[in-house]
Amino acid sequence: MNAGKFRAATGARGDGSFLPNLGKRQAAGRRWAAAFAAATIAAVLVLGALVASIVNDAFGLVAMEYTVDPATLAPGGDIEKLSDAELVAALEGNLKSRRLRALGNEKPLAERERADLLALVEDEVIKWEVVETFSLAESLLGRAEVDAFVAAEHPQAKLVFRSWVNARYLSASQSATAIDAGVRSALIGTLMTILITVATAFPIGIAAAIWLEEYAKDDKWNRFIRVNIYNLAGVPSIIYGMLGLAIFVRALEPVTSGAAFGAAADPTGANGRTILSAGLTLALLVLPVIIINAQEAFRAVPRTLRESGYAVGATKWQVVWHHVLPAAFDRVLTGTIVAVSRAIGETAPLVVVGASTFLTQDPTSVFSKFTTLPIQIYQWTARPQEDFHNIAAAAILVLLVLMLSLNAFAIILRNRLRAKKRFA
Amino acid sequence: MKRDSATDPFDLAVETGETPWALETRGMSVDYGAFRAVKDLTMGFEKRRVTAIIGPSGCGKSTALRAFNRMNDLIPGCRTEGQVLFHGADVYAPEVDPVKVRRWIGMVFQKPNPFPKSVRENILWGARINGYSGDEEELVEGSLRQAALWDEVKDKLDKSALALSGGQQQRLCIARAVAVKPEILLMDEPTSALDPISTSRIEDLLEELKSRYTIIIVTHNMQQAGRVSDRTAFMLLGDLVEYAPTKELFLNPKDGRTENYISGRFG
Repeated sequence: MNAGKFRAATGARGDGSFLPNLGKRQAAGRRWAAAFAAATIAAVLVLGALVASIVNDAFGLVAMEYTVDPATLAPGGDIEKLSDAELVAALEGNLKSRRLRALGNEKPLAERERADLLALVEDEVIKWEVVETFSLAESLLGRAEVDAFVAAEHPQAKLVFRSWVNARYLSASQSATAIDAGVRSALIGTLMTILITVATAFPIGIAAAIWLEEYAKDDKWNRFIRVNIYNLAGVPSIIYGMLGLAIFVRALEPVTSGAAFGAAADPTGANGRTILSAGLTLALLVLPVIIINAQEAFRAVPRTLRESGYAVGATKWQVVWHHVLPAAFDRVLTGTIVAVSRAIGETAPLVVVGASTFLTQDPTSVFSKFTTLPIQIYQWTARPQEDFHNIAAAAILVLLVLMLSLNAFAIILRNRLRAKKRFA
Repeated sequence: MKRDSATDPFDLAVETGETPWALETRGMSVDYGAFRAVKDLTMGFEKRRVTAIIGPSGCGKSTALRAFNRMNDLIPGCRTEGQVLFHGADVYAPEVDPVKVRRWIGMVFQKPNPFPKSVRENILWGARINGYSGDEEELVEGSLRQAALWDEVKDKLDKSALALSGGQQQRLCIARAVAVKPEILLMDEPTSALDPISTSRIEDLLEELKSRYTIIIVTHNMQQAGRVSDRTAFMLLGDLVEYAPTKELFLNPKDGRTENYISGRFG
């Protein structure tokens, strides 16, 4: 009613040279808004599908066969309920005497921890073996078919629900059988590599950004450098792998293998294919990104803040150190988070630098051979056995959790700095 | 007054120099690339007086002011020719460090720009970096009193300066500038971002400050120039058109362009 009045009141105004088109303009706006919403929904769906496919593989039913039926050892097959003495008895009753003697020489059975005994019974007596794995979707939605399939194909097998990510998976090293394999070495390798990456790329990146943004003259030469740092940020990561191979693994081998520092070279022969080389290669990779982000952060510091420093007689360095850096630091940190997140997931350059394909020992120093989570994922996915795909999915989950927690830590740190900046 | 070096030629000139003017420019021109913003400016500023520079937007008044303490050095592509004499020493002489110039010739900007630190740190930072060795509490109180801010902030010295009102922030910037005990204060439209009450407080403050400092204020507000200044310079398109005692300039302008401007015919 009111709208009608408004139209009646305004429609008669003007000289007619403005045609009524508001309805059309608003409709165009609504169409665009719908397109934007559709794009967002598409992105969320794709992300959801990604997470769903990972979770689908990381959990699910597993058909397992055994050499000794656990039901003969404990009522209901639940060996957790057995006492320590009963576990020892189970071992003594089922193992060959030579094996028992070997174990006894290592450490007498009676003195062993309960967890140790349980693991021995599982590994040496029952000897679980995965014969078939099922995805989470199959396990939840098609339980009847799974049961029928297992009953027909593997009548001996026991069907259990398994989370491929579990405490044992996190604490075990690489193994030839998927059910025994874990990500500990890869996790430690990833953490050490990233630590070296951050420790080198962060200070060098910030220092370079300070020089370029605050000190360098705006001449041809420096503009050339700036443009090329932007170009470097777009170079495919495998090229950085080639660079790392040439510089760190080959040319600087005495340094990266630790020989130059008198560190005992890895007896298995790392030859410069070490965590140090990997970390430095990733540092090269993220350096341009960190520099660019830091430069933009410094550029965003208002000129008035710098001038207020200069106006009381501060030198350039004092202005940079006391005012520009603190004001830009939260943005610098954000840029570094983005860059490091990319580095954590890098695989190609590390393959080139020489990640180990099968590493059963944890790295002991930066001069050790290395493997990382993405490398492990890549190798497990490439295997034909189904159960290796399951542990690959589990490793992806571990990698995602690691990445998200590092990001969360950095974001919390940044927000603290930001709050401090506002109310200092 | 003790200087920090007895051999620096600039320090020596400042030490012994007693010139009729607190600051003097001789043929000073400022270029932004190919554009000449200030043309051949020759003028002197009286000691312990307020000198106002007025003119329409883009007349080069702020550029000239920023040239006096070499603030323009920070702007890429900005070049200054001619001389700016402080106690007879040219601040643009090649051996003079602009940092030293700014320490003697302080500046207050158009928009209040306190450091994102506490009120106390705002005062002390400049003093500390310049090697202040006296009592810090005394300096904080003295500087804030000079800026007529002490009574308002004495209970929140450790609170963020950004929590103060705009007018208080601007007076804090004045306190910060006087804390390093400069001789000249340059003010670049210091009240244009403030409400009328804050503006009048700062205008009152200038009256007190001029007993200690030589003040050069750029303003586009002619009434303000009339109220606070002893001498006024009128600039137009980079040229100094007229420079005279304020009363004379406003009541009896010699140049037709000055008369047009102050009577509101353009600008």
